[in-house]
Amino acid sequence: MSLLEVSNLRVEFPTLDGIVTAVDGISFKVEKGETLAIVGESGCGKSVSNLALMGLLPKRGSKVSGSAKFYLGPDTNELINLPEEKIQKIRGNRISMIFQDPMSSLHPFFTIGDQLIEAHQIHNSVNKEESTRKAIELLKKVGISEPELRMKSFPHQFSGGMRQRVMIAMALINQPELLIADEPTTALDVTVQAQILKLLKDLQQEMQMAIILISHDLGVVAGAADRVNVMYAGKLVETAKVNDLFAKPMMPYTSGLLASIPKPDSEVNRLSVIPGQPPSLLNVPKGCAFHPRCSFLDRVIGGPNLCKEKEPELIEKESGHFARCHLESHVVLKK
Amino acid sequence: MNLLEIKNLTKEFNAPGSGIFSRKKRIVHAVSDVSLKLAQGETLGLVGESGCGKSTLGRTLLKLYEPTSGKIIYSGQDITDFSPREMKPLRKEMQIIFQDPYSSLNPRHTVGEIVGASLRIHRKGAKTSEKLEIQQLMERVGLNPEHINRYPHEFSGGQRQRIGIARAIALRPKFIVCDEPVSALDVSIQAQVINLLDDLKRDFGLSYIFIAHNLSVVQHISDRVAVMYLGKVVEVAKTSDLYTRSKHPYTRALLSAIPIPDPEKERSREQILLQGEIPSSTNPPSGCVFNTRCWKAQDKCRTLEPKLAQIGSNEVACHFPEE
Repeated sequence: MSLLEVSNLRVEFPTLDGIVTAVDGISFKVEKGETLAIVGESGCGKSVSNLALMGLLPKRGSKVSGSAKFYLGPDTNELINLPEEKIQKIRGNRISMIFQDPMSSLHPFFTIGDQLIEAHQIHNSVNKEESTRKAIELLKKVGISEPELRMKSFPHQFSGGMRQRVMIAMALINQPELLIADEPTTALDVTVQAQILKLLKDLQQEMQMAIILISHDLGVVAGAADRVNVMYAGKLVETAKVNDLFAKPMMPYTSGLLASIPKPDSEVNRLSVIPGQPPSLLNVPKGCAFHPRCSFLDRVIGGPNLCKEKEPELIEKESGHFARCHLESHVVLKK
Repeated sequence: MNLLEIKNLTKEFNAPGSGIFSRKKRIVHAVSDVSLKLAQGETLGLVGESGCGKSTLGRTLLKLYEPTSGKIIYSGQDITDFSPREMKPLRKEMQIIFQDPYSSLNPRHTVGEIVGASLRIHRKGAKTSEKLEIQQLMERVGLNPEHINRYPHEFSGGQRQRIGIARAIALRPKFIVCDEPVSALDVSIQAQVINLLDDLKRDFGLSYIFIAHNLSVVQHISDRVAVMYLGKVVEVAKTSDLYTRSKHPYTRALLSAIPIPDPEKERSREQILLQGEIPSSTNPPSGCVFNTRCWKAQDKCRTLEPKLAQIGSNEVACHFPEE
């Protein structure tokens, strides 16, 4: 049985210029212990969809609909529009989050120890000694040396990589079933990124938790994910096992993304590009949202007008490999 | 002939004392004793992690910062001690493109004013021909020339970076320091901007100093690459030699840390995981700057600083280089 089942999640923000549909009816599942990566460019809705799951969007100024069932033992929790006091029991406890910027996610006035202990005490009725012991144990686990001393340090006394380790310790202190990691290594240097990714992988195995990894870095995704969701303009456009997605992308946007990364071993002088830029969410193109940038329109049976007029459904093209595209699945997209 | 040569360039900043009332001065050794050459028409990549001094180096060699010591020789003349007035005619030939296309454009100026500013400063031309010139520049970098009167907020990140590029090439410079020009952009937009920089280089015979932390991007665009760590250049080589036959342990570790966008390769490769993080540049380690994280470090590395020396095809600063 799945751990999380999201169906038809929709997030709208009313603005002065009209309604922005940041997430437009996405459905997906997260299995126990797996890593699901969500990739896409800025503004595609990858972060907003997860903030919506956690009830972290402002109540006024956003409209969230759809369903997200979180299965905990025999219980089923519907996360969408759950009252604040109920979601607080789950958030930071059974589902945790880590964010891109470890500096702004830690409170600058409190010691690392205070913040870790608070995270533990809120969800467990134990005394402070017990929480302190737990906090030290977690700091040790995320590779911080002399954890007893470091408990008394303030966030500014830590480097970027160490702060992200503290964030991970805080997120894992209650042994969540699901960790949502929103660009966890984007602000870090590449050698430190490698350390953090390794740490997350080790801890995931040890604690048997599922991870939703939000990232724009396809290299990171290739190394960490079991399955990948690709988002474009608020919609899920492709989802597959990581090997299938990289070996045989079935949606021109995905193949374009893969082709536009400079490859270490390629001798080609020009990078292939996706022309144009992601659409404004106020004015998403009719039909397939990607059609103005797509270079495969004339390969579609039914002609380019089909893509311009009719939005394709997310259909299973091959076993476990879904794509939102009018192209036949035998059309090879990889260049 | 070298367009630019820097010799033993050092740039230090004064850091605030350790406490509010502390009188002890602390010095940030941002760039220490760096020597590099840039040939006409060449792209030299500068890579390294945050705080390694790559951006400071880029700005110091344009004399946007005054060097603490060392020499900057541009087109055969020593410009190290040039005054701003003496620099002005040279400014036409050297330009910079910044990382953040949001904060590097004045929000109250139109594209025309931003791109045309240097034209107005450096030569007096007729207003009518100036507008035409600006529109040609906009077209050259892939912007719609009709948008000349629009403001920066009306453009996307990639388009803003194109505005910054148009501004940099307006005076037909000889060389441009590109300081992380694509780091703030989405993947699909990155490729567009890199291709544009490639085209401009060919069309105008430009030389680039290309600063980036993304090693794949640097590899794609550079002829030679210098790797920096804690203010020092630890290895310089032709791009292909650096990426296939690196000799410095830090270069090896850095290259092995780049995630490969291919699940099978990414999961099967050997990775060197460095311990710890970069030490503070106010208090760099003695001897080799990398010794605190290096798996080959011995006593010699902690006391004696290795100098850049030719080993095979690469210049390497290491006592125990890799094979």
